[in-house]
Amino acid sequence: MNGELLQVKDLRVYYHTEAGPVKAVDGVSLSLGRGARLGLVGESGCGKSTLAMTLLRLIKSPGRIESGQVLLEGLDLVQLPEDKMRQVRLGQISLIPQGAMNSLNPVMRVKDQIMDGMKDHSEKMSQAELETRVYEALDSVELERGVANMYPHELSGGMKQRVCVAIAISLRPKIIVADEPTSALDVVIQRQVMETIERLQSALGISMILIGHDMGLMAQSVERLAVMYAGRLVEVGRVEDIFSEPLHPYTLLLISTLPVLEAKGTFKGIPGITPSLLNAPANCLFHPRCPQAKDICAQEVPALIEARPARWVACHLDEVQR
Amino acid sequence: MIRIAGFFRYLKRNPRLAVGLSFVLILVLFSGLGSLLVPGERAYPLATTPNQRPSLQYPFGTDSQGRDLLAAVIKGTYLTSRIGFTAGAIGLGIGIMLGFLSAYYGGLLDTIIRWVVDVLLTVPGLLVLVVIASTIRKGMNVNSMALVVSILAWMWPTRTIRSQVLTLRERAFVRVAKLSGMSDLEIIFKELMPNLLPFLGAGFVGSVTSGIFASLGLEALGLGPMREPTLGMTIYWVMYYGAFIRGMWWWILAPILVIVILFVALFLVSSGLDELANPRVRRAV
Amino acid sequence: MTALMELRNVTKVYTGGLFRRRTTVALEDIFLSIGGERPTITAIAGESGSGKTTMGMLLLRFLTPTKGEILYKGQDLAKMSREEWLTFRREVQAIFQDPFEVYNPFYKVDHVLSVPIAKFHLAKGKAAERALMEKALLDVGLRPEETLGRYPHQLSGGQRQRITVARALLLQPRLIIADEPVSMVDASLRATILESLRNLNRDLGISILYITHDLATAYHICEDIVVLYQGSVTEAGDVDAVIKNPKHPYTQLLVRSIAWPDPKRKWGKVEVARSKEKKWPGVEWDEATRSCKFADRCPFTTDICLQKLPPLFQTESQRAVACYLYKDAPILEGNEIGKVLGQKG
Repeated sequence: MNGELLQVKDLRVYYHTEAGPVKAVDGVSLSLGRGARLGLVGESGCGKSTLAMTLLRLIKSPGRIESGQVLLEGLDLVQLPEDKMRQVRLGQISLIPQGAMNSLNPVMRVKDQIMDGMKDHSEKMSQAELETRVYEALDSVELERGVANMYPHELSGGMKQRVCVAIAISLRPKIIVADEPTSALDVVIQRQVMETIERLQSALGISMILIGHDMGLMAQSVERLAVMYAGRLVEVGRVEDIFSEPLHPYTLLLISTLPVLEAKGTFKGIPGITPSLLNAPANCLFHPRCPQAKDICAQEVPALIEARPARWVACHLDEVQR
Repeated sequence: MIRIAGFFRYLKRNPRLAVGLSFVLILVLFSGLGSLLVPGERAYPLATTPNQRPSLQYPFGTDSQGRDLLAAVIKGTYLTSRIGFTAGAIGLGIGIMLGFLSAYYGGLLDTIIRWVVDVLLTVPGLLVLVVIASTIRKGMNVNSMALVVSILAWMWPTRTIRSQVLTLRERAFVRVAKLSGMSDLEIIFKELMPNLLPFLGAGFVGSVTSGIFASLGLEALGLGPMREPTLGMTIYWVMYYGAFIRGMWWWILAPILVIVILFVALFLVSSGLDELANPRVRRAV
Repeated sequence: MTALMELRNVTKVYTGGLFRRRTTVALEDIFLSIGGERPTITAIAGESGSGKTTMGMLLLRFLTPTKGEILYKGQDLAKMSREEWLTFRREVQAIFQDPFEVYNPFYKVDHVLSVPIAKFHLAKGKAAERALMEKALLDVGLRPEETLGRYPHQLSGGQRQRITVARALLLQPRLIIADEPVSMVDASLRATILESLRNLNRDLGISILYITHDLATAYHICEDIVVLYQGSVTEAGDVDAVIKNPKHPYTQLLVRSIAWPDPKRKWGKVEVARSKEKKWPGVEWDEATRSCKFADRCPFTTDICLQKLPPLFQTESQRAVACYLYKDAPILEGNEIGKVLGQKG
């Protein structure tokens, strides 16, 4: 485990609302190596976006990091003072947030938006140097130079998303966190944007955490996968292993609800609805929907243990634990 | 019950609306209770000894025509507010009608209404009012004053309501309503209007404010209802009788104080309603 | 035998931009037939700019065509009597993409169910109305006690979208236009909603037009597919055949870009010529040069592709492809497109 680029240890992030604490991230631990691609998959409301924001320390009240560590090359980002954290953001770890295309500033030209982040971080760079960097960034995401002088509303969805990717890599961070980067894009554009991200990421040696709900995209894009449910991780492992032998009942159901080329026929959904994270009880949060739930599932939180080599599962079932 | 409790809870989060409404409440009580406690005749000339400083008997003093200023201001608050509210109601009523029709149906109707409104908005309003008021002069009373200032009160609401409806018209829920068999008029009243209530409220308050402002202007110029002690008329008499030079500070202070409170109240309510109407500013439930 | 709904040589052109300089052709000379002897479940597949949403809007009569006719039960929509129009409005319903926008935030979600019940007289009295709403919700897998009486923002996206399916169910229409009904819903919930749609088709005989850019789900629930590219039909036919063995180069590109949830079946390293990603998708109307719209991205472009828009060639009994690669096959006239659709026994 040592020598890993990023280590998250037992992270807990709660939102303190009038109605009680919403445990968005409840004891999540994971690690990310250099140049690695990790996927974080889960349904809406499972806490994955909160986790993404926490890695960049962007959580605001009423949300709070309750406990845990986020170690970037040994440096704990949770404890870092804000001014140092600002340097880390974009410089070492950057985010492509959900719906990023819509969060580009509509009254700034693309090149100014890219330069914005860079100016804040660097020692004095001359205007010419900054511009060179901007063009480099646009080149790397396969956008023409002309785009630099355009406004966001002049660009299509795919192009805007690429601008967001360009901003995220402009300072050669060590990690990119991409939160549903292709959710609003057409399937062909989606493939092109993902391939651009992957190509960049391998060329520059940047590690990537891809967050989403689309198992199909995960299968195509990541090496390791972490499945999140109701604020906790239920399964972590290599993506091929998870797809060929899903261990956790939730993972199994997730995969079986997806369309595949061979088996045309009924495809069923997962019964029930996602649990509320408000005042979550101390047991397995999936058990109300689990087709194989046992008594113990309603009483104890299952711990994430290494059930097979390089595979962690949080489940009480015997076959899983072996 | 739950809705009333919810309302008060909302007020805690929207201090401007809360304070504004309290000021309005204070003025209503002032005027309402006041009219019960202080006889109305005293608001008229020759009711009492003129030019008295404030005393226990006459807390706001008296003016040069022998009005008890407390009574005058109590009556004036009521009268001026009535003028304002009439202007507001007429302004909003016409604004809703024209604004909704114009935006929803579009086409030629929209073009005509828009053109008329835009042209009228460029006409200097106060001049128009001065011309109209001086024509009516002799017959001017509170009701006709209300109607006169209403002439200017409907154009702005029409325009703003129209643009709000235009944004709503393309929303998916309007399409669903059409697919559910609702007629156009039903869609306007049942689907669009409820979403605009806070906005309409803010528009109403805006019309009231401009109505009051116009009436104050006209009255101060001497074009108001001469016999009635509206707030503007009081100001007129202040100037007519040279109260400044004569150092009759109580006469100046009384109406000004009420006018300030009134405008601040209206502004705060309008601002508070703006926040209510803008879902992004409003904090989630 | 009349189809339930037909598009006959429909073209839709938008004019826009400053000083009306830009005209965009959203749909061009489209023929389509839906329903008929048996209820059909057809996919209209394409990316943004393909015209698929415009087609949905035209079929729902939220837009009128620039050229051509749209017929419902043989009647031109532009020339219907009031009664025919009301029937049309009831019998052709829609499910939209955004599960939040379809609700009026002022009302509880019951509103979206109670209004059509009242307007179309589907139940007499409050009790019957309530029973009808509850049954519809149960049929889509929702619990009435958890959904009725709530405001839209209190429910999840998946629940809201299922309620709109319940609404369609309630009305028992003849045709449902589903415009990207699951693209804004979590991948794990899509199955449930799409299954409901398929059941509506199978058990209640409702024809479905499934507008989407997600070929994987189209494959699963539809029988036929029509692929649109920049306003024209590029391929049409049986969905199994088209997806397993796509003939048009654009369809091949689409199928190759599907993100199958199978790590062994990756996208592959085949480079595809990028088209210039334009802000306003859709083709400029230019009479002088007409060519195949896909020519600038196609790896197989030849001279004739640049000269004339290809017609539909019927390559099999259940397939038509608008590509000169198949120019030896017989040409399918526009209004015969029904032949390759909906022929399953």
